[in-house]
Amino acid sequence: MKTTKKAMSGLQQILFLGGLLLLWQVVYTVGVDGLSMWKSYAMPSPVGVAKSFLSLMESGSLVSAVGNSLARGAVGYGLSVVLGGILGVLMSHFSFLKRNVRPLVMGIQTLPSVCWVPFSILWFGLSQTAILFVVVMGSAFSMSLAFDNAISGVPPIYKKAALTMGAQPGQIYRKVIFPACLPELISGLKQGWSFAWRALMSGEVMTTSVGLGQTLIMGRNLADINQVMLVMVVIVLSGILIDQGVFRTMEKRILKKRGLL
Amino acid sequence: MALVLNNVSKVFEDNGKATLNNVSLRIELGEFLCVVGRSGCGKSTLLHLIAGLERPTEGEITLNGVPVTGPGADRTVMFQEHALFPWRNVIENVTFGMEMTGVPKEVQEKRAATYLEMMGLTEYSKYAIHQLSGGMRQRVALARAFCMDSEILLMDEPFSALDKQTSNRLRKELQDIWMKTGKTVFFITHSVEEAVYLGDRVVVMSAREGNIREIVPISLKRPREIYEEDFIRYRHKILDEIQGEDERR
Repeated sequence: MKTTKKAMSGLQQILFLGGLLLLWQVVYTVGVDGLSMWKSYAMPSPVGVAKSFLSLMESGSLVSAVGNSLARGAVGYGLSVVLGGILGVLMSHFSFLKRNVRPLVMGIQTLPSVCWVPFSILWFGLSQTAILFVVVMGSAFSMSLAFDNAISGVPPIYKKAALTMGAQPGQIYRKVIFPACLPELISGLKQGWSFAWRALMSGEVMTTSVGLGQTLIMGRNLADINQVMLVMVVIVLSGILIDQGVFRTMEKRILKKRGLL
Repeated sequence: MALVLNNVSKVFEDNGKATLNNVSLRIELGEFLCVVGRSGCGKSTLLHLIAGLERPTEGEITLNGVPVTGPGADRTVMFQEHALFPWRNVIENVTFGMEMTGVPKEVQEKRAATYLEMMGLTEYSKYAIHQLSGGMRQRVALARAFCMDSEILLMDEPFSALDKQTSNRLRKELQDIWMKTGKTVFFITHSVEEAVYLGDRVVVMSAREGNIREIVPISLKRPREIYEEDFIRYRHKILDEIQGEDERR
């Protein structure tokens, strides 16, 4: 019963997306081929995107672009978690930092990651480091806030109980605060990933390193709107894949174990 | 050897009022001491001071002659809310404190098994906390507290969030386990019946003075029955002490 319902809703989604694609193709055919309302170099079509996909797959450049971007994203994200995490833990621990540094961090966090591009080019040139710099600056502060919020949200009674059972400060962090704040932290880490992924694209479009951002810019330079559209779709899909495949799975496991799901 | 409070006062900065005013008390090892009083009489503050979770404004607390300066495994607290860790299952919760203090693994397992057995939890040892009822959770918390093998166990109204039937059953189980282990227990409650049922002595706190109003030794044999005449007499005596304060106000 439940599975048929699930299958039905899956089928519905596929039909809806299929319909949307069809509509897009019709609009393209009528608007570009029929009425010549738009120039073909300014309007992508599903067929054109598919062709672009096939040719980029054939040359292998799409696979290497996705692979490079994901690897770079993982490194930048990892750095961000570590650096942002350290700052977040410090902020939650020392009220001096919480009072004075937290407002600054919140301010910087609202800055779009692309604003860091000029700095990164001046400091690191058109290099890998420059991209990583943009990724870290674009996501580390949101990570700090996520750590701080998650740790501050831990019920004080857990810490009290652990203290009266002889736990030392290090043990409190490892055995109580960290596991206690995990569900909250995971959703912060998930949001941090989306910041990192966006920042990565801002960074990649400025350099010539192989990656999705650079493939996108190449499409623009070649006036190939279908390639631009293709890369946009791939960026969305890769982002969703990591979000669902990595973070949602972890979240589900943690919540299930605690009976929160 | 005993836990001694010497002229202990506690003033909270936010209202500047003395919650506890010059309290002196001696708890003998092996004793079951109950504290009753109206809400706001400072009984919970007293427990937090002994636990080392709060510092007294004046006076000193010593355990076996050593001043209490902070929380420690020799004074485990059992809270009103079970305070079990939802990321650990039943047995992992029970062994938590022993892991912290570095008790050898074999001893941990043996002790945990003993107390889980005593609380009738053996078959639930692999259960997640959210799968247990409120009463079962407090049983796990009891097992966890007794496993610590502390000098003194501090209990802060551990059964008051439970329904009457469950709390009655749990206090009987606590009496049984206490009779078997002979641990020192400092037990706070707002139920006079519970205090007379469990305590060797019952300390009645005065909300107005922030001090001990009366200490009533309970010389009833154990296990106790709440419908016995002497039991009821003790209950009335202590209730009168608490209410007498209102009448003279």
